[in-house]
Amino acid sequence: MKGGTSLWVGGGLVGLAVLVGVLAPWIHLTDPVLAANLMNAEIPPGREFPFGTDAQGRDIYSRIVHGARISLTVGVISQIANTLIGVTLGLTAGYWGGWWDDLVSGLTNLMLAIPSLIFALAIMAILGPGLTSLLIALGLTSWSYSCRIARAQALSLKSQGYVQAARILGYGDLRIMFTQLLPNMLGPLIVIATLGMGGAILAEATLSFLGLGIRPPYPSWGSMLSEARDQITTAPWLSVFPGLAIFFTVLGLNLLGDGLRDILDPQSVARRT
Amino acid sequence: MTTPLLEVRDLRIALDAGGRSHDAVGNVSFSIGRGETFGLVGESGCGKSITALSIMGLLRSPLSLAGGAIALDGREIQDLPAADMRRLRGKRIAMIFQEPMTALNPLSPVGRQIAEMFVLHERASWKEAWERAEDALRQVRVPSPERRVHDYPHQLSGGMRQRVMIAIALACGPDLLVADEPTTALDVTVQAEIVDLMAELCAAKGTAVLMISHDLGLVANMCERVAVMYAGRIVESQAADAIFAHPRHPYTQGLIGSLPLLSARSRHGRQKLREISGVVPSIVAYPPGCRFNPRCPAMTDICARDVPMAESLPDGGLVRCHHHG
Repeated sequence: MKGGTSLWVGGGLVGLAVLVGVLAPWIHLTDPVLAANLMNAEIPPGREFPFGTDAQGRDIYSRIVHGARISLTVGVISQIANTLIGVTLGLTAGYWGGWWDDLVSGLTNLMLAIPSLIFALAIMAILGPGLTSLLIALGLTSWSYSCRIARAQALSLKSQGYVQAARILGYGDLRIMFTQLLPNMLGPLIVIATLGMGGAILAEATLSFLGLGIRPPYPSWGSMLSEARDQITTAPWLSVFPGLAIFFTVLGLNLLGDGLRDILDPQSVARRT
Repeated sequence: MTTPLLEVRDLRIALDAGGRSHDAVGNVSFSIGRGETFGLVGESGCGKSITALSIMGLLRSPLSLAGGAIALDGREIQDLPAADMRRLRGKRIAMIFQEPMTALNPLSPVGRQIAEMFVLHERASWKEAWERAEDALRQVRVPSPERRVHDYPHQLSGGMRQRVMIAIALACGPDLLVADEPTTALDVTVQAEIVDLMAELCAAKGTAVLMISHDLGLVANMCERVAVMYAGRIVESQAADAIFAHPRHPYTQGLIGSLPLLSARSRHGRQKLREISGVVPSIVAYPPGCRFNPRCPAMTDICARDVPMAESLPDGGLVRCHHHG
């Protein structure tokens, strides 16, 4: 797919998810938590309930609309945390080298060796379920990718003429990192963070599915899937719509990441034109 | 006698390779007075650039300062703590490089890169720094500086970028400007402009220049005194006009003899350019005795045995040769 197309399709899907999340209280049909009515339980999609209702008679559409808030919050905040941790460690390790680099590289390899989901599971088990502990668990466990990128970029950028020049002109280490290195490595970091957001949303869904993420009755796409498991043959719409929401949001984020990579990487621009 | 601005005494730079330490630069001594322009000439790999880096305090492994002293205004700076050395760099000693293409941050407007110097070294506010950056661009004769300050390096030509580099280097009015092959990457016509500009601005600000080059013509035009380096040692140093009129060391004679001369060619017709036979020896395999002896036309037994001492010349220079003429 050409860079322009994936950028626009991905941006459109992500934009739609953000819009839905922001407007949730105004576009929902009923309250996603309180409007339970057992008289309406498990109604298939139709005119009154476009996505159907669940076993408690709550409107699936309203719950998905509110679930977007949780999924996007988890995606954005955990990626901000991961990027901050990863860039701080990777940039300083690549720039300073020495024992600090050995330590950070070792830690990164350790993090890469432990599946981040297992690690997040362990943290959730200690902290208990809930949005805050979910953010902590996901924000602390997948910084190794941005760390590796930042370290590799710092290693290659620090031998560039302008970084040497800055040192010769009396710039301090921090000033070199902020003015010379960081702006020049921002492109790949943004791409990694965008792709990581999709991963974080999936991880939230997985943890909630396993009962360790968002607790009922609050709607998150993962917890909705988890609750729908028992009715998958009798009321498939309970699984289909949260699943589609996850699918399109993560697809959108991945396409957006690809599209951004194409416009932020000068070499690929040169190849296209 | 007044203290020179920069005094380098018995500088020795070690190169660690394969567990052994080699002298990349040894016994290098020279001094530069206030406002003086001093040339350091030699082939690639003779140690010019690492001498400059050692003055800036920026030798990195596998290179290290193994001995000698570097004094700025009589104060030894080779053992200064990193933070003090950093305050000297850019403010009192500045440097410009060979490659103006890569020495500017591609993602930062040139005005910002000049302004950063005022903020960093003179604690100016950003607003004031931007105004002074525009003045600095005007001084290096960049046309319409009020617009150019917002340009990114890729929007400027090579000559313009080197002008920006000069503006950055001279921003804080340094006492010493180290110019490491400042014109090598530029067109010949632009070279002359840049050299003139640099000479003019440095003269106006009273900045001394350490000009590092392999271009004898450039050094002859710009410098008052010249030192010739070969294989990590200064083999001859004299006033610029004297060294071209009466080169004493066989290596200097060879260098000057191998310059193409248009006037000679018009008088005597087409001639083969003279050359110095052989190549510069590798740092790990310097010959014993005089390091130039395998290539020297005047070589005798003593040259392969004894290291020649630096001998003073009557007019103030020095030469390091057993048979200097």
